[in-house]
Amino acid sequence: MTTEKTYTVPTMADMMAAGDEPEVLFWVGCAGSFDDRYKRVTVAFVRILNHVGIKFAVLGPEEACTGDPARRAGNEFLFQMQAMSNIQVLNGYNVKKIVTACPHCFNTLKNEYPELGGNYEVIHHSTFLQGLIDEGRIRVKDGQSFKGRKITFHDSCYLGRANKIYEAPREVLAALDADLVEMKRVKANGLCCGAGGGQYFKEPEPGNKDVNVERVQEALATGADTIAVSCPFCMTMMSDGVKNQNREDSVRVYDISELIAQGEGL
Amino acid sequence: MHILQQILFVAALAVAAWFVTKRVKLIARAINLGRPEDRTDNPGERWRTTLLVAFGQKKMFTNLLVGVMHFVIYAGFIIINLEILEIILDGILGTHRLFAPYITPIYPFLINVFEVLAFGVLAVCVVFLTRRFVARVSRLQAERHRELRGFSIPDATIILTAEIILMIAFLTWNASDSVLRDRGVGYYGDLQGVVPDFLISQYLKPLFAGFSDTALVAYERVSWWLHILGILAFAVYVTYSKHLHIALGFPNVYFSDLQPKGEMQNMPAVTKEVQLMLGLPVTTEPDGSQANDNGMQPAEATSGESTPDEIGRFGAKDVYDLKWINLMNAYSCTECGRCTAACPANITGKKLSPRKIMMDTRDRLEEIQRGWQTNGVDYKDEKSLLGDYITAEELNACTTCQACINACPININPLDIILQLRRYRVMEESQAPASWNAMFSNIENNMAPWKFSPSDRFNWAEMVNEK
Repeated sequence: MTTEKTYTVPTMADMMAAGDEPEVLFWVGCAGSFDDRYKRVTVAFVRILNHVGIKFAVLGPEEACTGDPARRAGNEFLFQMQAMSNIQVLNGYNVKKIVTACPHCFNTLKNEYPELGGNYEVIHHSTFLQGLIDEGRIRVKDGQSFKGRKITFHDSCYLGRANKIYEAPREVLAALDADLVEMKRVKANGLCCGAGGGQYFKEPEPGNKDVNVERVQEALATGADTIAVSCPFCMTMMSDGVKNQNREDSVRVYDISELIAQGEGL
Repeated sequence: MHILQQILFVAALAVAAWFVTKRVKLIARAINLGRPEDRTDNPGERWRTTLLVAFGQKKMFTNLLVGVMHFVIYAGFIIINLEILEIILDGILGTHRLFAPYITPIYPFLINVFEVLAFGVLAVCVVFLTRRFVARVSRLQAERHRELRGFSIPDATIILTAEIILMIAFLTWNASDSVLRDRGVGYYGDLQGVVPDFLISQYLKPLFAGFSDTALVAYERVSWWLHILGILAFAVYVTYSKHLHIALGFPNVYFSDLQPKGEMQNMPAVTKEVQLMLGLPVTTEPDGSQANDNGMQPAEATSGESTPDEIGRFGAKDVYDLKWINLMNAYSCTECGRCTAACPANITGKKLSPRKIMMDTRDRLEEIQRGWQTNGVDYKDEKSLLGDYITAEELNACTTCQACINACPININPLDIILQLRRYRVMEESQAPASWNAMFSNIENNMAPWKFSPSDRFNWAEMVNEK
């Protein structure tokens, strides 16, 4: 117990009770809250927020699904029920700025909530991390070296094509001083992981192969030993694809925030 | 002789114009079956997009070589229209190279440009035929894509062959005309010294060296007529063809989506219902006379202002429920298949093909048009886009990744149609796959798509200080 750091996760309710307001609300998302693998991403991001001393809060038990999968599957009623309840909560706490690690939550909160009365500055954690790097608040290169490691980045549709964020996650990875190798289909031409539009929640339709297998084969073709993602669904789909290709011993899938946390020794 | 030709020419022009007008009216009527939606906001950005994507062909240059080839055909098409102006006036007035004496200094330059373009178009059409039938570009093969079975491949072949014939007619016409001018025959000879030989057709002159004057005049007339009649026939044919994109591509881009690709359109009618359910003040204004943005008219409003058969739906079952822009998209689609080639579902062998979604939408519209022609314009059949053309399996395979939208050179949005049809299946027919229904009920009851207790949502926080 020499230099054990203690990380805190304040909730909006705590903050409000203390008459305080956070700089930014961290919207964890359902995957970040419940998915065992993605919970580690949530933890990594919280540690980064603690590390750089950003005053943040989470909704905790008051958070609910944004409604994205329901809406895209066609259930507009359910989406709007979720959206309006969430907006009531967010507006009740006078939330101004939101950061989230989930591109689906990001897209919905940013593009689809305003029409229903929810107007916030919404930032994806890749952009947020890039900001911290630009400001010099994160300096991975001083820490653990990623030199020589080949990393490839899988674009999430809802971050990339949907919102034209291609560079932020790449710049975050560039801070690792690793060898960033690109796949054949990247950025605007990136191939979906196969989970969007509600696909994650059902079996795929019959075909020759699953989308995530196709994508992982493309990722493996780069020779990278690390596949970096910035979306919980991409995380699962890529991890499953790696297992499908029997490469789970040599190839790892990480969220960009996990790589930063590793680099910072958090 | 001249007078007869002039009469025939004007008659041909009138017939073509009559057919084109009729077709344009029919297509406009079909597009207007769609629900109204305002797409005139942000004219600045719309014009910018049109200049870049339509006139500038920005998205065609994703593949540089194909981009350049398409640009040659496109430039040829636009610029050769100037030459057609002269041809038409010559045809009506019975003159020969009407503009030559008036714009003597630039006339040869202009015709040289047209000739180079014509030769370029000719060469590119040959390459395009080769890509289809020899190199067998995957997205253009009917064996791989069932939506291409039928008229699509013959349509492409007809267009490319017709363009080749038109360009050959144009170039050999210039060549035979040059030889007649050299020989000083009739009114051709009048332009001796005014009109020189041209860049490409000068090399074709030897072909005509052995022709008698009479045979040469005959060839000149036949090629002239072939060229212009070909163009007129093409103008009519285009209205039946996927090649209609040469006209509709421009408005299609102008009226394309400006919002982020990931944003799904809101349904204000649903908003109102949800606000009522949650006991919130109702903020949306139901607009009964105009179908709102989202596939239905509010229930309350329909009773007052709309006739019963106008009662809207949640989502879209048929083309009538889609927006007019979706229908214009369908008529603008060239069936190039870049959307399908980029579609993750299609790449991995699933039935979904965004190109098929667009072709189905147009096929459905054409079926309705045929119904009008045989049974009058109020005719409605029992079929619908969903079910008779597009199946649930196709719809369910979509990951909403927007690759199709990104890939389309003229900003067609197949995803919008897919999502509207999904809404109909889920909200009107309750026909979601069972696991989606489970996901819905999890969200409804547990506020997450998985069956976890909402009270466990914050449990992860215990991990932050674990090693």
